[in-house]
Amino acid sequence: MPANARVLKPIVFLTLSLPLGWLAYAIGQEFNEPGIALGADPGEAVVHFLGEWTIRLLLLTLCVSTVRRLIRAPAVIGYRRMIGLFAFSYAVMHMFSYIGFLAGFEWQVIRQDFVERAYITVSLGAVALLIPLALTSTRGWQRRLGRRWRQLHLLVYPAIALALVHLLWLTKDGYAEPLLYCAIFAGLMIERLADWRRRT
Amino acid sequence: MLIRKPDSIPSSEITPESTYVSRRHFVRDLSIGSVGLAASSIARANTLPLDEPLTPERIITSYNNFYEFGTDKGDPVRHAHQLTTAPWKVKVSGEVAKPGEYDYEDLVKGLTPEERIYRFRCVEAWSMVVPWTGIPLKALLQRLEPTGNAKYVEFTTLLRPSEMPGQRSLFTSIDWPYVEGLRLDEAYHPLSIMVVGLYGKLLPKQNGAPWRLIVPWKYGFKSIKSIVQIRFTEKKPKNTWNILAPHEYGFYANVNPAVSHPRWSQASERRLPTTLFNQNRIPTLAFNGYGEEVASLYAGMNLRRNF
Repeated sequence: MPANARVLKPIVFLTLSLPLGWLAYAIGQEFNEPGIALGADPGEAVVHFLGEWTIRLLLLTLCVSTVRRLIRAPAVIGYRRMIGLFAFSYAVMHMFSYIGFLAGFEWQVIRQDFVERAYITVSLGAVALLIPLALTSTRGWQRRLGRRWRQLHLLVYPAIALALVHLLWLTKDGYAEPLLYCAIFAGLMIERLADWRRRT
Repeated sequence: MLIRKPDSIPSSEITPESTYVSRRHFVRDLSIGSVGLAASSIARANTLPLDEPLTPERIITSYNNFYEFGTDKGDPVRHAHQLTTAPWKVKVSGEVAKPGEYDYEDLVKGLTPEERIYRFRCVEAWSMVVPWTGIPLKALLQRLEPTGNAKYVEFTTLLRPSEMPGQRSLFTSIDWPYVEGLRLDEAYHPLSIMVVGLYGKLLPKQNGAPWRLIVPWKYGFKSIKSIVQIRFTEKKPKNTWNILAPHEYGFYANVNPAVSHPRWSQASERRLPTTLFNQNRIPTLAFNGYGEEVASLYAGMNLRRNF
């Protein structure tokens, strides 16, 4: 590991943990004085917070290779695994915070939502697509799978697309943020398309 | 009719003491303020006994949907202070003998406000118990003398983008102003009220000042806020959420646990305040628990189709 990466990696790690730090603080406040830091419906607040950060970090994961190409900074690729694993962790915490803090571990409610609420069903699809990516994120699996590793990790695109569908679907009005995320996703895809055409 | 019954539960058991104190302030505000409501006292006999704890005032006034101020539930309390509520003109039109532009004060003058503790059920499957102060909608509407042709009444919210950031947003799909409507017999039902106060005080801006509708057996979006126009019609008026997503939101919008919204099961609700570890999930009641009073309004109607 180059020397600057030894310094930068922990910094990136801490930065990506900041939202979790804030969340831990806010949840701690719930025990002191409920309903202040997280509002009147703290369960919903936690679920939304984690969901938003999942999408931001998934998009950040895609930014890595674009940045590498655009500013010719090959070293940034070394941070992609960490960002991706953070995105996956936020996604899993988002899902479990829904199960615990919104559905209150009531399996009847959860089963019904998973099956009948289409916007929730698509989000399960997104998490399911991310699981193999997280499991094969190690250097060992990268080596073992070789060329197929790249192919497998193309699944990140449908995963993000499903996550964005999930967000757009649950939005009643006020499309500024969902549309911003869609625009960023579209921009990153266009850059990839341009790069692919350049190389073929 | 439940609300005509005398209190079987002493008011002291359902209303915190602080509310009594502030209610006195409310009465004082009404008598000294510009609002010319009858200042005698809030009619007590009509308080609906409800054996469920009140949702704290802080939560009712800081967590709600009022998309004119933004789509986040904290936006109304953040932005509503910008709203000017005096003077407040109200246009009365349509099938009515006394059309015209009125001062809001003149329309409520002489009508006695009553405290009504109602369940409030949002279509998003959360709910509250709210001590409103309001005047019976029927008394108000009859003042305006609707003609024999009037079958419905339409209400319109203020359109004022300069004071309502949600109306200025480039990313809203709502065609402002917000409109809602009721069948006239629904509007005349004794449970329907025009609210001017909350927790014994004047209605806060974020909750729809200076006056708003409350129709407690319907989902919250029917209870339109900051009303500037009342129009009596022969044909069924449009309502904003139905225009936006007709397969999701109907005209009637009666609380119905048997008919799910595509995004929320309506079988249960989370009664606020919740905590992280207690969702306070309770079963949703047909007509929000007011079926005994209002079900007859819909006799013979298919409520699955007329959602």
